[in-house]
Amino acid sequence: MSVTPRRPSTSLQVRAQVQSVRQVGAYHHLTLVAPGVPERTRPGHFVALAVGGDSSAMLLRRAFSVYRVREGGVHTGTVEIVFAVHGPGTAWLAALRAHDPVALLGPLGRPFALPKEPVPCTLVAGGYGSAPMFALAERLHARGCAVHMVLGAATENRLFGVLEAKRSAQSVTVTTEDGSLGQRGRVTDVLPALLARTRTDVVYSCGPMGMLRAVADVAEQHGSHSQCAVEEAMACGVGVCMTCVLPVVGDDGITRMVRSCVEGPVFRGDRVRWDAVGTVPDGTLGAPRQGAH
Amino acid sequence: MSDLSTGPDLDLSVDLGGLRLPNPVMTASGCAAAGFELDQFFDVAELGAVVTKSIMREPRSGRATPRMAETPAGMLNSIGLQGPGIGSFLATDLPWLVGRGARAVVSIAGGTVEEFVELARRVTASPGVAALEVNISCPNVENRGLVFACDPRQASTVIEAVRAVVPDGLPMFAKLTPDVTDLVAVARSVVDAGATGLVLINTLLGLRIDPATLRPLLGGVTGGLSGPAVRPVAVRCVWQVHAALPQVPLIGVGGIRTGADALEFLAAGATAVQVGTVIFNDPSAPIRVTRELAHELAVRGFVGPADVIGIAHRPRGQTQDRIA
Repeated sequence: MSVTPRRPSTSLQVRAQVQSVRQVGAYHHLTLVAPGVPERTRPGHFVALAVGGDSSAMLLRRAFSVYRVREGGVHTGTVEIVFAVHGPGTAWLAALRAHDPVALLGPLGRPFALPKEPVPCTLVAGGYGSAPMFALAERLHARGCAVHMVLGAATENRLFGVLEAKRSAQSVTVTTEDGSLGQRGRVTDVLPALLARTRTDVVYSCGPMGMLRAVADVAEQHGSHSQCAVEEAMACGVGVCMTCVLPVVGDDGITRMVRSCVEGPVFRGDRVRWDAVGTVPDGTLGAPRQGAH
Repeated sequence: MSDLSTGPDLDLSVDLGGLRLPNPVMTASGCAAAGFELDQFFDVAELGAVVTKSIMREPRSGRATPRMAETPAGMLNSIGLQGPGIGSFLATDLPWLVGRGARAVVSIAGGTVEEFVELARRVTASPGVAALEVNISCPNVENRGLVFACDPRQASTVIEAVRAVVPDGLPMFAKLTPDVTDLVAVARSVVDAGATGLVLINTLLGLRIDPATLRPLLGGVTGGLSGPAVRPVAVRCVWQVHAALPQVPLIGVGGIRTGADALEFLAAGATAVQVGTVIFNDPSAPIRVTRELAHELAVRGFVGPADVIGIAHRPRGQTQDRIA
């Protein structure tokens, strides 16, 4: 009997090495030497890091959007991420020093889909959700797309990359909930007028679930396509643990609980059942009858 | 490219009641899907076997999120047996795994005896299945009364009914829960009902409270505890059952992270082991553990797993004990 060949490796498992860790406002910017990974990475891909070393009591991988990559020689390609310290795992990452080893899987997931035509695009980010947007802006520019950016956060030091955004985009709008920088309010306060003014065809977003839902709604009302990079808690990042699921409508109109690590993290905004995230909505394929589970 | 033996004399192969495997390391059910996702990190055909995620008759959405919570040296999960249903599994997942040349051990789970029987019939009628694993111990079901392995009589009812439809010569293993008072009684009843061997252990039922909300953290409220934290419980279960039923092939599972961990299970009486939760930390863990186990055996002067299975039950200084 003939044997099916091994599946091509889209992702690599590497022992990365820390090049630098820098504090940027409320966040940390980690640069890792991860040979082979940069060449395969596209905007929207993520990496999953193991925390605490080889005998760590923290077993689950931490997933991070890739901020940017630099291709290099066999020993020099780098992958950069931006993160906030939320618990002991991210605290461990923040305390890393140059040359420390970190187990890295990547690139993982499905990246942002790019328009075939040079259409106007608006990139919306909450907090460090801006991380993947700069590389995306570069790709969109290369296709002749006009790029506008909206960066929002609770307060100024929770914004990431405002200066870089000004270099990457035709226009940058900043919102903070406390008014410490830019317009007081949320990204969705400024978005409808911006989409109309820029005649945006595609809205890209990355940030907290609540923001993604609101952005997807605005895009829908405006008649734009939207591409949302979701942030679901994951254990493995590679598709085997089944923890990072959310309800998404397929081409056949059926809602399924799909893995955000392999079928996302980027989803079409009009396909995610935003109102039902965190639940198994009625009518989902295989949902328990009479709400039993 | 097999570099699994570290010396010319080392032979890792094992026989689990007629199931011949080139080495004793498998994936644990629910931690490797059906092998496809892990095949990009290592060659799944090099493992002793791939045990697939428990499949049910119908497609199943699983539970609401959050479905997992990290715990010290482990995790809780309440996936709720999400899966595509047996039809899709037999049409897509299983043929891929068999076609890759892997030894496929198919895990089945049912809510009723009839569902187990139908699943067993359909799985064993499919080409290339190496063995059946009957999951009568998943804690993530709606009704704790449906955890058949909590009761010796219910457990044996399922196994007896399944055995009746499984072809002679096809090994079938029953996966048991440690959440019982008398594990040996359950083990004995399922062996008497026709199980070829036993898989010890499934997860332990646990619960975490979210410190922010002071409410259960998991969508499913309770979840199954797994990972290195449960390893001593699993080793204890293997030890107890091997002591009571020394002729029954045991597959040890629970918190194995290294080859040394796997060796511990063999010494306690397991003939093979499964690597589970640590895959989430290191997707290559099953093949790494295989290599490390080969090394652990070789440095002690053993020529294969048979030298060490159950050795912990024997007094020190016996002839088989080459490290005494």
